[in-house]
Amino acid sequence: MSASSIPRERASTPAPGRARAFDPTAPFTVAMALVLATLVLLPLFWLGVTSLTDDKRHFTLSHFHRLFSDSTFLEPLWVTLWTSAAIGLACVVFAAPMAWLVARTNLPGKRFFRMLILASFVTPPFLGAFAWVLLGGPNAGLINKAYYALLGLQPFDARPLVDIFSAWGIVFVTALYTFPYVFTFVANSLDLIPSDLEEAASILGARTWRTALDITLPLVLPALLAGFLVAFLQSMTLFGVAAILALPASIDTMTTKIWSLFQFPPKPGLAAAASLPLLVITVVLLRAQAAIMGRRGYSVVGGKTTGQRAIRLGAWTPVALLPFVFVLSCSVALPYGVLAWTAFVKNYSAPLAGNLTLDNWRFVFLEFSQTRLALTNTFILGLTSATAGTLIAVTVGYLGARRLVWGHRALSFLATAPVAIPGIVLAVGLFLSYTHPPLVLYGTLAIIFLAYVTKEMPVGYQQVAASLRSVHPELEDASRIFGATRLRALFDITVPLIRNGVIATWMFIFIGCIRELSATILLFTASTKTVSVTMFDLRESNDWGPIAVLSLTMLAITFAMIAVINRFTDRRVS
Amino acid sequence: MKFAPWIATPLALALAAALPAWAQKADMAAAEKEGKVVWYASVDVKVAEAIANEFKKQYPKIDVEVERSGSERVFQRVNQEHQSGIKHADVVNSSDATHFITWKQQKMLAKYTPTDVAKFPKQYVDPDGYYATWRASLCVMGYNTNLVPPNQVPKGYKDLLDPKWKGKLTKAHPGYSGTSLTGTYAITKTLGWDYLEKLSKQNVQQLQSTTATPKSIASGERAVMVDGNEYNMFIEIDKKSPVKIIYPVEGTPFVSSPVAIFADAPHPNAARVFADFLFSQKVQQYLVDNGGNRSVHPGVKEPAGRTPLKDIKIIPDDAEGLLPHVEEIKKRYAELFGGGK
Repeated sequence: MSASSIPRERASTPAPGRARAFDPTAPFTVAMALVLATLVLLPLFWLGVTSLTDDKRHFTLSHFHRLFSDSTFLEPLWVTLWTSAAIGLACVVFAAPMAWLVARTNLPGKRFFRMLILASFVTPPFLGAFAWVLLGGPNAGLINKAYYALLGLQPFDARPLVDIFSAWGIVFVTALYTFPYVFTFVANSLDLIPSDLEEAASILGARTWRTALDITLPLVLPALLAGFLVAFLQSMTLFGVAAILALPASIDTMTTKIWSLFQFPPKPGLAAAASLPLLVITVVLLRAQAAIMGRRGYSVVGGKTTGQRAIRLGAWTPVALLPFVFVLSCSVALPYGVLAWTAFVKNYSAPLAGNLTLDNWRFVFLEFSQTRLALTNTFILGLTSATAGTLIAVTVGYLGARRLVWGHRALSFLATAPVAIPGIVLAVGLFLSYTHPPLVLYGTLAIIFLAYVTKEMPVGYQQVAASLRSVHPELEDASRIFGATRLRALFDITVPLIRNGVIATWMFIFIGCIRELSATILLFTASTKTVSVTMFDLRESNDWGPIAVLSLTMLAITFAMIAVINRFTDRRVS
Repeated sequence: MKFAPWIATPLALALAAALPAWAQKADMAAAEKEGKVVWYASVDVKVAEAIANEFKKQYPKIDVEVERSGSERVFQRVNQEHQSGIKHADVVNSSDATHFITWKQQKMLAKYTPTDVAKFPKQYVDPDGYYATWRASLCVMGYNTNLVPPNQVPKGYKDLLDPKWKGKLTKAHPGYSGTSLTGTYAITKTLGWDYLEKLSKQNVQQLQSTTATPKSIASGERAVMVDGNEYNMFIEIDKKSPVKIIYPVEGTPFVSSPVAIFADAPHPNAARVFADFLFSQKVQQYLVDNGGNRSVHPGVKEPAGRTPLKDIKIIPDDAEGLLPHVEEIKKRYAELFGGGK
């Protein structure tokens, strides 16, 4: 579909008679608005209604009263809040210096570290939690075993080095997979801040540390705060890590609490009421983040200047490498290693001799009847959600970027609004919306599909919107002059131009879908299980071998997708 | 499907009365046409899949989909799906015998007597023909032989209150596992809630499934298991894991694990063929030899080296007695030990 073929094609088409002729974009926009509104608003509507009514749909505040008076709800809320805050802080404390080192110094191995940080970013946190059970179980965990052996201690007589089954376990593991957000925010911000001021400070005699603390830190403070908030929100809404690490220690968080309210007989009123605090906190914090990022009080954050000055680390290099080695060992090297080990042995905590086996692989791929079902479901959901999500993102992104129709702001708002709806809250809303007529979708893949499309839409929309901003509308205008409709111009001219962005969007949504657990856990039924839910089921009976095999499979698929994305995005440069 | 019972029940009753006994037998041609059977089971996932694969070998035209979860989770999923009008499960196995009483009362089960069940002792078969004990397990204690010296091995539940076991115990959850529910009920009857309250102060590792606790002591994560499946202990012992079974002096809870077919099974004929297969002497012997279960099939032989049932002080299960206490046990237990539900 090259641009040169278009005039010839259009020449044979009679041009529309008048400029004010009926524009088919309008009904299309209305349809899109309806779709988006249904996706986003219907679950929220039922969430609100259910939280405020009893079984007979009479108004009541009893759910909220129970929520805020019962210690079995207040305790999880408190745990959720303090662990999320601790995770946010941990991310900032580790990721900010790491970002500074990568952006401003001559640290060796930057490319390699960036790659591993990307790997941490795409590793599903619940996979990390599985791996850390094997590493950090207080007595059988491999790290503790090594620690006991090293000091000649007996398990149980001494305190373990790590006890992953604790609230601090949640903080540690979640932080390992959330810090890339803060890292990226700060690194990007540093890239945009010219080093002029820092150079001025050092010319005036300030030492490197003084410059970093007095000049650079205030400049990246907005990025730090924003990163903290995003990490906080991510942690608050995760289900898998909390369920895997905290339930064995008899600790509940809000997400595991909501999940247990959904065990039969479900208590939808309480579940809806328990979801709302998460929703409110998310909305408030996102507004705070937007305010911080949008303030732009530091006018130096703007275009790049040439020649960033790389600070020479010299003798400090080994010290500078420490946080990278520590964090990336904990987030990537050790977990991947222990999963690979567990996949090929009978008992992960036994020595190597006589322990090697292929049984786990044989079981998962030849005997386990769930594998095929779960893989099929996961792929169907990934393909359909990614395709639908991309289509919606492209269309809404286009209407928004070109300000074509009245109400395009509302469309953009709806497309980004799900960012403020935690996965598990969305699932509660979808469950409430689609378990009764007119549309009973519970028990089908469709309800999970809706969850995925809605959840991934903001990411997709932002990707597409960013790509669209880089395309000048003159080519579209040309095709419009030759008589193409808006939609035709979009799909024939603009989409091919932003092809790479579109493909990347598709892949991002796909990766997001195949690892989803927090929403799926409430929406699946036996015939609509996904790989992530199957792994969660296997966890309840401690079948670590098969879990490790499925984990490695999931990681392999994810990294294959990323390799494809990279290929496409590289081509744009050439 | 709220409207169904008042039409379906009289209809089903009339049909059942009208049909001669032979019509109750599995129809192989129809089963093969259905081509699939969906089995919700609480038995260990590898045991379940091995049985399913054996079935597929014998009946290559019928596929088996195994949905394995803890008994209480199986119950929740079945009811959740039933309430939402989803027909997915054909055959069900749960280690909480009260489920079958509930389902039978709610007319959710189909009447069917698998071929070999006719030979079973009467106390293991529902008198109305809706379900029968497919397997039995004991809810045992156990310990890791590397972590507990021989002279320290606890003899029963009461010994676990000794401060020296603090932080070394693991227990399954009655809100998830039917075996644990049956076992916990037996504990409340013999030792009272007072005992569980003291136990909850021992910093117990709270797992979900009674298939998980044996794996926990086998890996050395905890030293002593408060409740777990005897059959998983046998499996671990066969794998040469460093574990031993304790039959508590207070008595060992006996756990019946019935099988039934659902009234609205999407594959009713395949379900019957599968139920016949599950209760056959071959599978029952397999469950005992490789699955470590106990069988009530009269033709099954106990393998050498296992303590025979008659030498173990048993606390018989009492589904009728347990039924009214189920919610209370789950609730009070969760208050003491926390954990889902």
